[in-house]
Amino acid sequence: MPDPLLELRGLSKNFGALTVTSDVSLTVLPGEIHAIIGPNGAGKTTLIHQISGTLRPDRGTIRFAGQDVTALPFERRARLGLARSFQITSIVPGFTALENVALAVQARSGSSFRFLRPVAGEAALNAEARAALDTVGLGRVADRGAAALSHGEKRQLELAIAIAMNPRLLLLDEPLAGAGPEETERLIGILRALRSRYGILLVEHDMQAVFALADRISVLVYGRVIVTGTVDEIRGHPEVRTAYLGEDALA
Amino acid sequence: MTAPFHKTLRKHALALVTLLALAAAPFLGFGDGFALSLLARAMILGMAAVSLSLLVGGAGLVSLGHAATMGIGAYTVVAFDAAGISEGLIVFPAAIAAAAAYALVTGAVSLRTSGVHFIMITLAFGQMAFFTTSSFSSLGGDDGYTLYARTEWLGTRILDSRLTFHFLCLGLLALVWVGGGLLLGSRFGRVLRAARENPQRALAVGFQPYPYRLVAYVMAGAVGGLAGALLANATEFVSPALLSWTRSGELLFMVILGGVGQLGGAILGALAIVLLEESLSHLMVYWRLVFGPLLVLSVLFLPDGLVGAPLRLRAAFRFASPKRRNADA
Repeated sequence: MPDPLLELRGLSKNFGALTVTSDVSLTVLPGEIHAIIGPNGAGKTTLIHQISGTLRPDRGTIRFAGQDVTALPFERRARLGLARSFQITSIVPGFTALENVALAVQARSGSSFRFLRPVAGEAALNAEARAALDTVGLGRVADRGAAALSHGEKRQLELAIAIAMNPRLLLLDEPLAGAGPEETERLIGILRALRSRYGILLVEHDMQAVFALADRISVLVYGRVIVTGTVDEIRGHPEVRTAYLGEDALA
Repeated sequence: MTAPFHKTLRKHALALVTLLALAAAPFLGFGDGFALSLLARAMILGMAAVSLSLLVGGAGLVSLGHAATMGIGAYTVVAFDAAGISEGLIVFPAAIAAAAAYALVTGAVSLRTSGVHFIMITLAFGQMAFFTTSSFSSLGGDDGYTLYARTEWLGTRILDSRLTFHFLCLGLLALVWVGGGLLLGSRFGRVLRAARENPQRALAVGFQPYPYRLVAYVMAGAVGGLAGALLANATEFVSPALLSWTRSGELLFMVILGGVGQLGGAILGALAIVLLEESLSHLMVYWRLVFGPLLVLSVLFLPDGLVGAPLRLRAAFRFASPKRRNADA
């Protein structure tokens, strides 16, 4: 088994008396899609916050690419190759789609304390940004204002931004949320194509998508991982059935 | 992929025309001492307003203490004057450096806050600077200080010529405007703009906005210091009133009246306010009763500021005459 890309060990977090993350340990291997499922309020997004660095855990460690990143802030983890997408789409609305992505390319290509040269004319940044947009199928709307994109296109744009960071791990918080059936199909196709290049930690409500994509699934209930296993193991697990999955989702 | 030349020209047409008009003004009957000193004041305040616009419109940092940087620049000139030094090669760099240093120290603290707290903390620092200058008894305290002479350059008194001073201010104003525009379009500016619109997104791709904002804050402070040094020369008198928070508010208003979205708006805003103040105060005693409502109306009906006015007028005109719209299509 290869060294894990991401390793959580004994992660715990309380908000006052409320335990939102309780002794969570899990790994993501290179090239693997590890999905986290669980009912509403199970603490999935809180867990993502702790992994990305926007929340500090009370206890436990987070190792990423062989390095303890528990104390590193959000933007430093991003620079190490931990790319996160948000449950509620987070883009720069006043930028074009291309500029949104080029910003991510810029973050890893040299200093941004450059004050005079027009950045819109930097061919190297734009070329990489266009490549990332093409990967998610947004090449044709590159020059459109990001605010004018459809909801599904914005979700694709967020993926393109994450890809443009040249990350090692994608941390995707409900990438399919709010997408229509057609957009969902397209996004699943994109994620499937990405799996060989990155490790992916996927939080998603859409069970069909999770079962179609995941290599392994962890089930989170009340902040605790009750089971981790392959798709078939999870489908058949009795505790999962009672805790979370409706019968129809397993049909 | 930079925008085509004619597009750039069109976007900045209003500011360019204003600068050209300022260049022509001395030869079109505005060459007397009174008019020139009025225009110089407008251009200098315009410079400070452009630097504030860089913070407000570019970086999303609404400072209510920007006049302090101007005051520090002016008081540096005064302090050197009191010490018998009036060489511009010493005084001007010192004024700029002093204002930049002030911006660095206060910015390092202020930029840890945001929104209303940022406004309040910049205001508080501005008031500290105000009361500090009031307590300089050797520099006149509350009464202010009259310069013995304008700043010299390599021993020559070139600033004494009002026309030279006019074009110096104009040149520097244009430089600050163009420099600010390049800054916002650069890598650095893109990070600032992204962090203004969505700081979470900037962080997510790996940019901590703080150092970028601090550098922008120091740059704006440096320009404020330059404007202050020029203002001391223009009026040959400096008092703590220059640092009062109402002066900071006035600069902010110039930015908003001119249009937050474009740096050139600040030039228009400064010119409009200085000229309006002057002409209204000649017409009547209670001119502020008219000035206030005019500003309110401008904010209500020109949300994009003066720079956005031509577009808005054209849209209104087209709406009013559908025939013309058909002809255009």
